[in-house]
Order: sequence, then structure tokens, then C-alpha cells
Amino acid sequence: MGQAGRVGRTLLAFATFTLIAAGTARGQADHGAQYSQAEIAAGYRLYTSQCVQCHGGNGDGISGVDLRRGVFRRATSDEDLARVITNGVAGAGMPPFKLEPTELTGVIAFIRAGFDQTASVRVGEPARGRAVFDGKGDCAACHRVGGRGALTAPDLSGIGLTRTVAALQRSLLEPTTAMVPANRPLRIVTKSGETIEGRRLNEDTYTVQLLDSRGRLRSLAKNELRTVTYATASSMPSYASRLTADEIADLVGFLASLREP
Amino acid sequence: MMPRVLVGPLMALVLLLAASPTPAQVSADRLRRAADEPQNWLTYSGTYASQRHSLLRQIDAGNVKNLELKWVLPNQVFGAWQSTPLVVDGVMYVTQRPNDVLAVDARTGRVFWQYRYTNSPNARVCCGANNRGLAILGSTLFMGALDGHLIAIDAVGGRPLWNVAVGDPALGYSLTMAPLAVKDKILVGVGGGEYGIRGFVAAFSPDSGKELWRFYTVPGPGERGNETWKGDGWKTGGGSVWLTPSYDPALNLTYWGIGNPGPDWNAELRPGDNLFTDSVIALDADTGALKWHFQFTPNDTYDYDSVQVAVLADIDWRGTPTKTMLWANRNGFAYVLNRETGAFLSGAPFVKVNWASGLDAKGRPIPTPQPPGQPTWPGNQGGTNWYSPSFSPRTGLFYVSAWEDYASIFRKEPATYIPGRNFAGGGHTVLTPVPGAPGPRIGRVNPINDWTDVVGHGSVIALDPQTMQRKWTFKQYDVTDGGILTTATDLLFTGGREGYFYALDARSGDVLWKASLGGQIANGPMTYAIDGKQYVAVISGNSLYAFALRD
Repeated sequence: MGQAGRVGRTLLAFATFTLIAAGTARGQADHGAQYSQAEIAAGYRLYTSQCVQCHGGNGDGISGVDLRRGVFRRATSDEDLARVITNGVAGAGMPPFKLEPTELTGVIAFIRAGFDQTASVRVGEPARGRAVFDGKGDCAACHRVGGRGALTAPDLSGIGLTRTVAALQRSLLEPTTAMVPANRPLRIVTKSGETIEGRRLNEDTYTVQLLDSRGRLRSLAKNELRTVTYATASSMPSYASRLTADEIADLVGFLASLREP
Repeated sequence: MMPRVLVGPLMALVLLLAASPTPAQVSADRLRRAADEPQNWLTYSGTYASQRHSLLRQIDAGNVKNLELKWVLPNQVFGAWQSTPLVVDGVMYVTQRPNDVLAVDARTGRVFWQYRYTNSPNARVCCGANNRGLAILGSTLFMGALDGHLIAIDAVGGRPLWNVAVGDPALGYSLTMAPLAVKDKILVGVGGGEYGIRGFVAAFSPDSGKELWRFYTVPGPGERGNETWKGDGWKTGGGSVWLTPSYDPALNLTYWGIGNPGPDWNAELRPGDNLFTDSVIALDADTGALKWHFQFTPNDTYDYDSVQVAVLADIDWRGTPTKTMLWANRNGFAYVLNRETGAFLSGAPFVKVNWASGLDAKGRPIPTPQPPGQPTWPGNQGGTNWYSPSFSPRTGLFYVSAWEDYASIFRKEPATYIPGRNFAGGGHTVLTPVPGAPGPRIGRVNPINDWTDVVGHGSVIALDPQTMQRKWTFKQYDVTDGGILTTATDLLFTGGREGYFYALDARSGDVLWKASLGGQIANGPMTYAIDGKQYVAVISGNSLYAFALRD
């Protein structure tokens, strides 16, 4: 699987709380040469008819398995995947699938491609994209990759695993429309009068966990809060006019290559 | 120790049974009168009426804050644990996935015996290696298995007595529901609605496993309802059954919720109403003969299984004492039916609905299909699903676990039937504000909520059966698969995917007590008593927890 360039070095400003659209997937950068678009498309058809009920549209429907990210319980190689699909997993409820060879190749291609079928997004050269990230884009002013950069906005070290290239491109061009709900900037006023701004990490009926603007991990009980406000506008600026089309494409290529689990 | 207040007149019986060293002998008569021995939990839904309403009174609004953990039974298997345990005279019987049975000391959580069934490698199920529980009759337990077998197990010795094939796993037939014992028969239905099965329910001899009757949920040529299918569509018409029926002994009728038609998402491939999919059917308990049916979602294209528990309630229906059936359906409408005749009495949406504009005078939906690519409310998992509701005769309210603000974009695709393969005809994606953003999965597999309540959340809602309007709503941030238990002290116990286990005030919805257990709660809480001490048991994540008042 892919592998991301450790980036780092500079760090600059992408803007604050970011976001990046969510994704069904991505991947093709690493396996584009290995599997054909036709195989991936055939795999998509098989997946959506035979696999999606258990494994889900994002491939993470089974505990401990995340197909799109390449997290398996019982497989490493393509041959392993073929074996598990063909033999099933007795006891876990996965039946054996007697597939035609082209179907088997296709569904493995689809999994290995990170469920990405999109071919319409221009994906440039990751090395050049890294230079844009570190230089003109100043992205690490807010985002962290490979342990370097700010934590104001989400860490991008694994962003290539969770976003399609289309979603990455949209996040650069239209950050607000691409922002997934989980990443909406959070502003809290407690009953004691403290104002806390930060990035939401997790939430349930009674509590919310966040990284506040001073870099502290906070877990707050909702019944001690006066107001909780989620902004629907991303504080990240659009890069449509800040970067050239080639630079955007290269940056997408770089982000798509970031695949730390 | 001395018992506190249980159900007064039953005290002697409670003590007698709880102290009894003899093996459980659960007669058909005891099952019929299960409500009279609330210290036990003898069927999946507690009683044949499936109200999940216990007459135990020791835990009440005043002392519920003193609940403490008494024991934990950890499970070695991953995945949603959907089973409701039985408790018979101090012994708990619970299944864990895929098809293990444990006999447990219900006072300490210590295990007497464990039976592990090895399924055929051909077993296949749409949605996880689930099992929802057991039936008991005499001193025999009955379990359905993923590979379509029905197994009888000695409740004392823990060894299998017989094992019969009910459906062929290679064709997608499976058994995940808890069977129901009625008189001298064991009743069970087959799952497999995503595999182009032809669904059925059947009755078996408890002594031998011999099949005594069978009713196909998708009728063949010459059978009533076959005219609602075109050509050979009935052969792969689905109509799965994966939840325990209810039973009215006075009418001698069993009530079954029937699953989706096949293929799931392309109704154009099966023109007609597709009876008896997405219906409730009333079958004679002795013969399996169809007495009546009511279809909730004709020619379904949304996977709106009517696989919910039929809640039987004798209520004053607009001035007339009436034997009703209360039903909150996956399709987003809640119904009141006359359970003697199947007549539609009333119905109303209990969540946002846009696939139909309403119900006509006979309860048939007035369809308003959305254009391709546009969202449909409720989404694919429905306004509710298989999560057990509750009815309290004391409050007169019908309690439901609902999914709100949740929609799917459905798509149709061609479908070719290949035996043993998914037969879907399309699919769906959860409506999110941003394309491809995460939505709720089929279960909770991630400790981080990366979807948020923006794409759907759970609620416990209290409906007035007279209007099916809400008396109160208890909102949760994540969605819920938790069943609901009410008690004669007006407590309501439930949970959700976040792993909070709640005691609510059944009259107001106020939270009286909660425990943060952490793992998703995907079963129905149940209650029982031993030596006068009331317990409440719930499964969260991979463990079963039993609570009781502090000693």
C-alpha cells in the first residue's frame, strides 16, 4: 500500500480549522498501474451487490476491518484476500464467495484502489505537491503531517486513506462546502463564563472532547456548558486563486499519498 | 435475606421457585402466564404479548440511583451482541455469536456450562453473525443457527438433543431470531432477505424436530397472494423472518413481522404488491393457516422490512375496549391494528417521512417516490428497525427507539439471481451535508463519532396509541439499536450505540439514572429476580452487565 512522504519542514498557513471533505476513498495513486480502471469498475459493481451489506459503503462496517484503508484481520497479500473471499470466514458469518476470476480480480482491485473510481480529478506529482505544501501553500501553519506542523486543523498524515482525490481537490477549492460535520469549528461558553474555541475530537449525548486553541485536550460535560456553537463556515481560505491549477493538482497528489494508518 | 416488595400476591411463588433446586420445567402453561412470574424472563420478549413490561417493583424512581453493578459476563467474540437472555428460576440462558449458548448463575454471572455450535462453512448472513436468543419448553432450549439449522439443547446438561436443517445455507437461508415455544410446537422463521430466498415460518416438534407445518411468506401459484407477483418473481421474493413473533392465546394467533422483498432496492423488477413482504401476518398456532394479513409497504423499494415485534395491547380504543396491536414500522409510520381481524384502526408518521404522503382509509400508503438522487426519509435503516419497543399498561404509552433526521439516497440497479449470492438490485448512501462524509454504520465500530448528529441521531419516543403523537422525546447524539424495557414502577430502561445505559421516567422521559458502559447496546434490557432481589441485565459491547440495588 501506499505510503506517504514524511513531510515536514516548513509549516505554514492553510488556515485554521480545516477540512477536507469526506470521502469514500482514494487510492489509485499507488495501484493505478497495477489495476485497470475497468477492473476497478467491475469490482465496484460486485462490491456494491455482494459485499456492501456487511462491509458498508466505506468498507469499515465490520469491527477490526477497514477495506478501504487496507486494514484486514486475515490478509496481507492479494492472494490472502482472494483466499478469504473464496473460502469465507467460518464462524464470523462471512460466507464463501464463488466468484468468476474477473470478479475476484475486480473486487480486489477495487479494495486495493481504496474504493476510488474517480478518474476526473487531476492528480499531480506528490514530490512537487509537497513543495507546495511546505512553501507557497504554507499548509503546516495549521495542519500537521508526519509529526510536524500545527494542530490547529486536522492532522493530515493519513488523509489519503480517508478522502477521495475529488474530495481533496474540493477541500482546496471550496473548503466550506467540503467540510464534513465532524470538523465544524467549535465555540463553547461554559456556565462559569469561560469561552473555549477548538477542534472537536469526539462527542456523545453528554460530553464533548476537543483540542482547544491553547493546545489542551479538553473533555467537557454538556450540562456545564451555557452555549455550544458549531460554525458551518471553514476558517480555511480557498486556494483557488492562491495556487495555480498545476499546484493544486500536485498538492492533491501529495495529500493523496499521505497514508499513515 | 428477606425479599423487599415484589409483586405482593406472588411473593410465595417467587420464593418457592427461586429456591427450587430442581431443573427448570417450563410448561406451555407457564409460558402462557409468564407475566404472572415476573422474576423470570421466559421468552424473547418476556411474555407472549411482547410488551417488555415487567411487574417487578423493587427498583423504582426513588431508589434507582442506588443501582450498582453486580456482575459482568465478558464475551470472547467481536461484533454486535443482540441477544436477549432468558432467566428461568435463577438460571440465565444467553446466546453469543455466532451460536454459543451459556447457562449462567443469574445471581453471580458464573457459568454452569457452555455449548458451542460449529456452523457449516456455507453459512451466510447479510448483516453479521447475529443471534438474538433462545426459546425454552420443558427443560429444553431451542436455538436457530446461522447455517439454517434448528438445534435443541438440554437446559440442564448443555448438550444437543437434536439438530434439523430448516433452510439451505448455500442459498442464503439462516436462522438468527429467537424461536418461540407455543403449546406443543417450536416456531421459527428464516432470514436471508438479501439473497433471493423464498421466506417461510415453520413449526417443529419439540421432541424430535419434525416439521409440523410451514407457511411461505411469499405465496406460490394457486396460493392466496400469488397474484401480487409477476411470473417467477415469487421464487426469489424474499420475505425473510428474523424476529420472534407474538402470540395471543385467546385467539390462538401468532403474529409475525415479515421482511423485505427481493431484490431489495429495485421494485420495478417485481411489479405488484409482493405479498406478504413488509407485512404482519396472523397465523393459527396449531395449523399455520393464515387468518389475516396487513401490508405496511406494498412493492417496497427502500428495504423497509416489517421485522418489528408486534406489541399486543388491550386498550380502550376511542371508547371501546379493543384487542389491538401496536406497530412502529421501519417505514416511519406507527400503526394501531385490530389483532382479531387485522383491520387498520389508525396510523401516523412518527419520524419525518417523504416516501409517502400519508395513509389512506385502509392504511395503505400513498406513495410519493423521490426523484433519482434525491433523499428519502426515513433512510435505509428506517425510522425504527428490529429494536424491541415496549408498552406500559400503566402509562398507556408505546415506547419506541427511533432514528431521526436520517435519510438515504436510494439507487436502482439490475439484479440477476445467482443462488447464494446477494440479490440487491441497487443500494443506498446516507444523506450527508458533504458528499461521502461518514454516516452511521450498521453498528458502532468506532469509538470516535466522525458522523455527528447532523446525519442522524437516535431518540426514545413515547407515543400515545390513540393518536400516535409524541408525549415526550429523549434525544441521543448517536443513533440507537437498543430495545426498551418498562416496569410497573414507571421506569424505562434502554441504551444506545454510545454505551450509556439509561433508566428514564416512563411518564416524562427524564433521565433518573445512567451508567456509562462504553460499548454499543444492541439488545433489549431485561429484568428478573432471585430471592427477592430484582436485577436488570443489559449487553453493552462485548459484555453482559447485571445491576441491582446496593445491598
